[in-house]
Amino acid sequence: MTILVITEHENGAVAPATLNAVAAAAKIGGDIHVLVAGQNVGGVAEAAAKFAGVAKVLVADNAAYAHQLPENVAPLVTDVAVAYSHILAPATSNGKNLLPRVAALLDVDQISEIISVESADTFKRPIYAGNAIATVQSNAAVKVITVRATAFDPVAAGLPRDPAAVEHLATSHNPGISHFIDEQLAQSDRPELTAANIVVSGGRGLQNGDNFKHLYALADKLGAGVGASRAAVDAGFVPNDMQVGQTGKIVAPQLYIAVGISGAIQHLAGMKDSKVIVAINKDEEAPIFQVADYGLVADLFESVPELQSLL
Amino acid sequence: MKILVSIKRVVDYNVKVRVKADNTGIDLANVKMSMNPFCEIAVEEAVRLKEKGVASEIVVVTAGPATAQEQLRTALALGADRALLVETADELTSLAVAKLLKAVVDKEQPQLVILGKQAIDSDNNQTGQMLAALTGFAQGTFASKVEIAGDKVDVTREIDGGLQTVALNLPAIVTTDLRLNEPRYASLPNIMKAKKKPLETVTPDALGVSTASTNKTLKVEAPAARSAGIKVKSVAELVEKLKNEAKVI
Repeated sequence: MTILVITEHENGAVAPATLNAVAAAAKIGGDIHVLVAGQNVGGVAEAAAKFAGVAKVLVADNAAYAHQLPENVAPLVTDVAVAYSHILAPATSNGKNLLPRVAALLDVDQISEIISVESADTFKRPIYAGNAIATVQSNAAVKVITVRATAFDPVAAGLPRDPAAVEHLATSHNPGISHFIDEQLAQSDRPELTAANIVVSGGRGLQNGDNFKHLYALADKLGAGVGASRAAVDAGFVPNDMQVGQTGKIVAPQLYIAVGISGAIQHLAGMKDSKVIVAINKDEEAPIFQVADYGLVADLFESVPELQSLL
Repeated sequence: MKILVSIKRVVDYNVKVRVKADNTGIDLANVKMSMNPFCEIAVEEAVRLKEKGVASEIVVVTAGPATAQEQLRTALALGADRALLVETADELTSLAVAKLLKAVVDKEQPQLVILGKQAIDSDNNQTGQMLAALTGFAQGTFASKVEIAGDKVDVTREIDGGLQTVALNLPAIVTTDLRLNEPRYASLPNIMKAKKKPLETVTPDALGVSTASTNKTLKVEAPAARSAGIKVKSVAELVEKLKNEAKVI
């Protein structure tokens, strides 16, 4: 049994979610290979060769894979797929974009966003926004799986070890049907939401986008990432990439502080696996208190600055 | 151009679902069903493209039970021109749906296929990408903006950390994200008119598609409940608990 994990990377650095996907592969058992597809990805391949448990790195360094367009990368993956029992990718926007295309080319059903490995062919995954957990078995020759990063502790990277063997893939796939135009990435000095140890999130209770300054100040004191509920995003307070929830980002930090968030099901699905949850809301009936370890019924405009000053 | 929109009938997003006692699935008895919210956004986008004069015809399709006609009628009331039901009582995986849609694409020859990025029941997020693979078309997933420019479509995509824009050759597949548009409500006159619009029914067999799956759901359980904690009386008490009890700051 050999498992291929697709490496997620951005600007020459490995995305942390890759290490969680490798951890899921380790739970399945067997040899682990990783695929690095991109342009000028020598540094990424070098880093991947030092992940704990990785036996081999496949590198496809080619202009065709520069922006990981699925039209180009999917045939690259299917080229090598026959050698593998499982193909895994983190359930990031890239992984979600690419892997179903790979699965369909292989004529197998995919298993999306697994949260546990029961055996080499059986996995658990959330359905209905996490309101039910399905146990799914695959009899596909190649099992194609995306991994919810927050459900698996990452494997170590950068520990001293003999680097894994590196194999270069020379094939270039580019059907020429899709072209990258540009990317507008939000600039922030704060930690990325899904990687942050502490997340401070705001909801409709913040009343407007300007009031998020209270959360930014608190977050900077804590070294936290800042998120938002869908209600706050839909109201236009903050951009969509801050949304925590089933239709946004799934986070599981050590500490999650929900401020002015009522706790709709779809929001809870995105944060209920956090280690410690704090809720600050002036409505004591708010559903968020049903999942909070520590609830504070208070006006956020008084309590958030006070919290910041006491830290 | 002709646009094909694929939709799905799902448990309404306001319903709190319950797992069946025998752990075989979700209890769907007497539960309100609706069009998947991301599919509503797909229908809306197609209607807007028709209102702009870009699209000439909108065909809406779903694969599912006979009752899914309700959701097709809703799409017709929102502005689709005709509907197609691929009727089956079987539970369909994303790959099975993608294969059925591929057969429909072969027959209808649309220039653009719009789907929701994921259904809120199975949460798979697969069908659009799989249809793109089977048709060999380019894919613009998680779209927050769609602009047709000649024989191409520019799709702005919601990605981790921001937005990405790609140009895709037509025909292409687009899957919708939340911010693409805000779907309208169907007006009463349009609901009445929709009853007279054509709705055709076919079977997977007639399309020559096998819906067999490599996946099998063994059981469905309720998630482990997270128990409520305590209420603190003051910010000072909260800080004390976080420092000394939870030890997270």
